[in-house]
Amino acid sequence: MIEAYLRSDGRKGIRNVVAVAYLVECAHHVARRIVDKADDPDVHLVGFPGCFPNAYAAKVMRAIATHPNVGGMVLVSLGCESFDREGLRDAVEASGRPVELLIIQEEGGTAATIDRGLAAVERVRAAAAETPRVPMRVDELVIGTICGGSDGTSGITANPAVGRAFDRLVAEAATCIFEETGELIGCEAIMADRAVTPELGRELEACVEKAERYYTTMGFGSFAPGNAEGGLTTLEEKSMGAYSKSGSSPISGIVKPGDVPPSGGLYLLDVVPDGEPRFGFPNISDNAEIVELIACGAHLTLFTTGRGSAISPVIKICANPETARRLAADMDIDAGRILEGAATLDEVGEEIYAKVLAIASGDRTVSEELGHQEFILTYKAFEPIGPSCLPLAAGRPA
Amino acid sequence: MIDPKLILLHEDDNVLVSVAPIAAGDSLAFDGLELCAGEDVGVGHKIARRMLRPGGKIFKYGAPIGSATREIALGEWVHSHNMQSDYIPSHSRKTGEEGHTR
Repeated sequence: MIEAYLRSDGRKGIRNVVAVAYLVECAHHVARRIVDKADDPDVHLVGFPGCFPNAYAAKVMRAIATHPNVGGMVLVSLGCESFDREGLRDAVEASGRPVELLIIQEEGGTAATIDRGLAAVERVRAAAAETPRVPMRVDELVIGTICGGSDGTSGITANPAVGRAFDRLVAEAATCIFEETGELIGCEAIMADRAVTPELGRELEACVEKAERYYTTMGFGSFAPGNAEGGLTTLEEKSMGAYSKSGSSPISGIVKPGDVPPSGGLYLLDVVPDGEPRFGFPNISDNAEIVELIACGAHLTLFTTGRGSAISPVIKICANPETARRLAADMDIDAGRILEGAATLDEVGEEIYAKVLAIASGDRTVSEELGHQEFILTYKAFEPIGPSCLPLAAGRPA
Repeated sequence: MIDPKLILLHEDDNVLVSVAPIAAGDSLAFDGLELCAGEDVGVGHKIARRMLRPGGKIFKYGAPIGSATREIALGEWVHSHNMQSDYIPSHSRKTGEEGHTR
């Protein structure tokens, strides 16, 4: 039984985080000092570095600030930046959460704002602690998945094991989200065959084609030197391994960062911006995609080899038995045992499923224990999703 | 019969994947053949299950993952020195350096 935090919009969270958000890089130091001084694993640092406005960043920040795992917010503004701080504060307030806004240029500078910020964290934390606890079912969970630092073992062990866990979660009506269309290049046709409608299948192919155009313009595919050292030679080879995280359930729809899937099922998160390439790489590192999964409502994220991120716990599943030994203190699950014949894909899939329930019930992931809270949000541009992207949502109660 | 150091992911594949470190000189058995590894091959890397011609598609997971850039012998290590992407070329840590072209 998962004991969740009930938010006033009816959504349920598995953590009760107080997030301190800087609204421009100039406020980052003050926000970081507030979080450092609070010295609480459930006080997290999030933020947006840019001074120019961006609709995507505003949407993602609003989704983060009203995420079911968030109990309250402290916003730190320098004062002169473009970010709509009052709009964000009002959205958090409207969601029924405690929120405080500090403006460094009005509070009297760095030291004064750090002191007041720390006091604000205390008040917000106390208010958030009053959040009612309620039971939560598996079908109310939203689970994301991403891979990082993939090698030739990822597509054989950890990724398909996550796919098995996803199949079971989807069968139990949970919401599962896979992502990174730039790492699905080469899989578009087989993926389209799993769409619940032919129109959605065409949209799935179109978003991978968009990713290929975008990355080609950038000059690099989503392929790191470490991938090659680990035995992967090409982007499409990496894609085939990454794709196996999605399991074998039908694909119910496509969402974009900040869209919460309308119901249980398997969804693709399209992370590649729309229109002419602007602002640089779609995601400058994996952490940016975890932030986007969280913005889509993910309560926790299954990360096959990797690190961690703020707000949503990250369960790290190691694909390579050698890495599992070398970085044992960083991993939640050793899927490398599959390679050595010590466990089957089904067994590790079940282990991941059981770990999801344990973490949702309040157990800490290794990355939470280690204090990993990477958070990156940069500039992007998106069009709203098209009418074919959520075919099952029509006629459903909101 | 396949060597315990190797796995075949899909019957249509023309590469095998190593699941344990292979050293030059190790004997490798698959598809009723027995041959000698010509070089060290790390875990997760690929070995040619068939002789491959330049331009020929490489299959793994039953899907094309790129093309051979030169002739590849049976049992040879298959990687960036003898195959490439059919989509976006892979880059190395040196790719961004001035004067370096892919």
